[in-house]
Amino acid sequence: MYGMGILKGLGVTIRHFFESYAEDIRYSGRRYFGAKSDFSERQGIDTRGVYTVQYPEEKIAVPERFRFVPFLVVNDADHPEAPGEDWCTSCGICSKVCPPQCIWIVRGEDPVTKRPIPQPEAFYIDTDICMNCGYCAEFCPFDAIKMDHDYELASYDRTTYHIHDKARLSKPFSYWMSIAPTTANEEARDRGSWEHSDVVKEKKKAGGAAVAYTPTESPAEVLALLKANAPKPEPEPEAAAASTAVASPVAGEAPAAEAADGEKAARLAKREAALARKRAAKEQSGE
Amino acid sequence: MTDQTLAPVQTGTIENAIEFLKARYPDSVKDDTRSGYSGVVVSKSQLVDVARTLRDELGFDYLSSATAVDYLGVSDHMEMVYHAYRTSGGPPLVFKAQTERSNAEVPSLIDVWPGVDFQEREAWDLFGIRFAGHPNLKRILMWDGFEGHPMRKDWREAYYEEDQKPFESRWPRGYIRRAEELNVYGRNVRYPDDLDLGALKDDSAEESLYSGMGLGVDVSAYETEGIKTDKLVVNLGPHHPSTHGVFRMVVTLDGETVLSLEPVMGYLHRNHEKIGERNAWLHNMPFTDRLDYISSMSNNLGYALAVEDLLASGARYAPPSYRAEAIRVLMVELTRIVNHFWAIGFLLNDLGAFFTPALYAIAEREKILDFFEATAGSRMMCNYMRFQGVAKDLPERIRSTANLLNDRVRDFNTMDYLTEMITERLPRAIDDLDRYLTDSEIVKSRTIGVGYLPPEMAIAYSTAGPLLRASGIPYDVRRAEPYSIYPDLDFDVAVRYNGDIYDRYLIRLDEMRESVRILKQVLPRLEKSQGESIFSGNKAIYMPRVPVGEAYGRVENPKGELGYYVVSEGDPKGPQNPWRYHVRAPSFINLTALGAMCKGHKVADVVAILGSIDIVLGETDR
Ligand code: SF4
Ligand code: SF4
Repeated sequence: MYGMGILKGLGVTIRHFFESYAEDIRYSGRRYFGAKSDFSERQGIDTRGVYTVQYPEEKIAVPERFRFVPFLVVNDADHPEAPGEDWCTSCGICSKVCPPQCIWIVRGEDPVTKRPIPQPEAFYIDTDICMNCGYCAEFCPFDAIKMDHDYELASYDRTTYHIHDKARLSKPFSYWMSIAPTTANEEARDRGSWEHSDVVKEKKKAGGAAVAYTPTESPAEVLALLKANAPKPEPEPEAAAASTAVASPVAGEAPAAEAADGEKAARLAKREAALARKRAAKEQSGE
Repeated sequence: MTDQTLAPVQTGTIENAIEFLKARYPDSVKDDTRSGYSGVVVSKSQLVDVARTLRDELGFDYLSSATAVDYLGVSDHMEMVYHAYRTSGGPPLVFKAQTERSNAEVPSLIDVWPGVDFQEREAWDLFGIRFAGHPNLKRILMWDGFEGHPMRKDWREAYYEEDQKPFESRWPRGYIRRAEELNVYGRNVRYPDDLDLGALKDDSAEESLYSGMGLGVDVSAYETEGIKTDKLVVNLGPHHPSTHGVFRMVVTLDGETVLSLEPVMGYLHRNHEKIGERNAWLHNMPFTDRLDYISSMSNNLGYALAVEDLLASGARYAPPSYRAEAIRVLMVELTRIVNHFWAIGFLLNDLGAFFTPALYAIAEREKILDFFEATAGSRMMCNYMRFQGVAKDLPERIRSTANLLNDRVRDFNTMDYLTEMITERLPRAIDDLDRYLTDSEIVKSRTIGVGYLPPEMAIAYSTAGPLLRASGIPYDVRRAEPYSIYPDLDFDVAVRYNGDIYDRYLIRLDEMRESVRILKQVLPRLEKSQGESIFSGNKAIYMPRVPVGEAYGRVENPKGELGYYVVSEGDPKGPQNPWRYHVRAPSFINLTALGAMCKGHKVADVVAILGSIDIVLGETDR
């Protein structure tokens, strides 16, 4: 019969209508006041009908691997040994592998000897150009650059806000753990430690051991682990005061200098001295 | 083109065909002896004859791709490269025509394969190769006043820095600056010396807009049964919701009836291929996402296949593991479903059923994109495939943690999620769409018999994908020249025979059902291969050494055959960049047939016919 096809189609429409509303009524209260898992159920694979999310009041949770403009991992401000220290060694791999070439790095150098030291002097990402491909994070050998989940970057003036410098890029390790616990665990497992791979190497050379990897999803637990295993810190009053700023390194001697003798230790001491000189120079210049 | 009949199906290997050609044209057909290259080099004078022999006597009836390469600094000539296939399946016969760089000219093959129309115009536009005999040789992607031919190796773009990435200025002394600081506004565009800019603004604008289209804007009155009507030229687009992007159709009308239609494109052109040649091999992967941005996963796969083909001739190459291949197939088949849902939804939009069907269609897409996001990190710009594998294994759980920005959490087991989606949700949604639309009298009356494309024309115009198969040609790269694990999988090539919009709609439903069938076979393979490696190379290598040679990697993309023609000159010391990186974009080539399909239909049908081709401008304009 002519028109049957249309009627059948309208049947589909009306079923969609009822399904959407039945589901919404079933979830309505719980959506706003219930446990968080209710919302996840509503977004799940076995729901029927159409649902919408009322952005910005509601936001869909992004999965762990979600990638947006990258950030740099630094130690937490209350890290027992090197608070605020960059994980980036300014090796330059991310800037080479970046397809649109939007990463600019000034490699750190010792103000006295002019030799490169493993810390970036400056680090910029032009977020207008970044295509969020994730290569920088994928190929960084030091797990130092990671893809962020913060997608709310709109601003009124691109010339002021859209080039992220090192201060803006730096985020503490605990933040990285909070957005991607699974990946952070996998990487720590591969490094064998919750610490930076260079620290692991140095401590080994110095005859000690870094804080071994134990699976956990809580950043606080990792910090506690680090603190428990840190060499007894000499109390330094300014250190506590200055530790609020995440990105600015705090003057505090790393413990490795007092380590065993031999060539390795000497090299280590040199590196530490260079880093310390650098920090001093920075402080003098009023940063 | 109308006098052409289906070529007699010929069999025999490529070697036999080449022998045949060499015997027939002993002076003009030579083997391509460069290492890493294949096929034959044909002298210009007999190119058309050779092409005709190929088509009519050897059965290579389908010209997949025609593109140019500039060998400046290598052998200082230009080359047109053609890939011809048999629609009965099998590998390509590659033939090339060489020409000097100054006054480059090659005879046009448009009389043999009308499908080269746009591709030759592109080669003229970007490389400056003239095609003797082409009736409408003008720029296609760049604007008419453009100076130079940008794909030539000695042409430099406005923000030129270096020939190849990575750029020196980024590290170790990477003091940032913006590109525009180097190019003060207004100085970065060069106009030809003899171009009169004023002429583009004055009254002749109309004429320059349509010049060379062979339409004529003269409103010549002529009679139709007593009523006086005017021939009318109408622009559909570039800014029009029906054009699926920034795309223009110049239509000449007699009343409501289309007399002729010419597509105008290039509004989204960014010279993807030039960028690709500045890039290193790996750099191109995320750029391929931006071609057909609905199907980034399969774009990735095509590029990976092309480069793997080159890598395979070198040392230390290991093909991707079975798990990697299974994951690849999982991803591209899901992508096909996403794309076809999208295509059907928007075809209905074009027919005037605003957004209800489109919304139902893309509701399922959300679930698939959620999975992509959890696996690859992005919903559309997936950047997931790598040479010799994929970027990351499937996550154990599709999980979101609450953080500063998002206060909701989610947590599903990935395999459960996939199983539920593939065995329950997707088949249900496809049936739902079927019930909703297939019998609808409105859909039928708008689509049956409209936009007819006869099979011989579909082949001649080099159309691909659903467009070709809805015209009765069961040509599917997954079967014709199989890749990945498709030979292991049991599925049918969907085919419909009426060649109209309705069949193009139906064939997309068929293909989605076939995809679900494939996915159901992939699931147990994923379970079985759990724990297997997903990458067979060295993960830390970001500048792979790619051996010298050429390769053509092609995949059956949802929109048709997507091909990548890549050439490596393999500088052993310097950075590793493709010498040539060409994309055979199905949307672009399928549009060649649009004018012929629209002739004689009403204006309102033009929109539906365009919708039934399913184009995406990211890929058309590149
Ligand atoms: S790759 Fe990692 S360590 Fe190297 S410069 Fe980039 S962020 Fe720093
Ligand atoms: S995400 Fe990609 S584009 Fe963005 S900075 Fe990293 S490598 Fe560059």
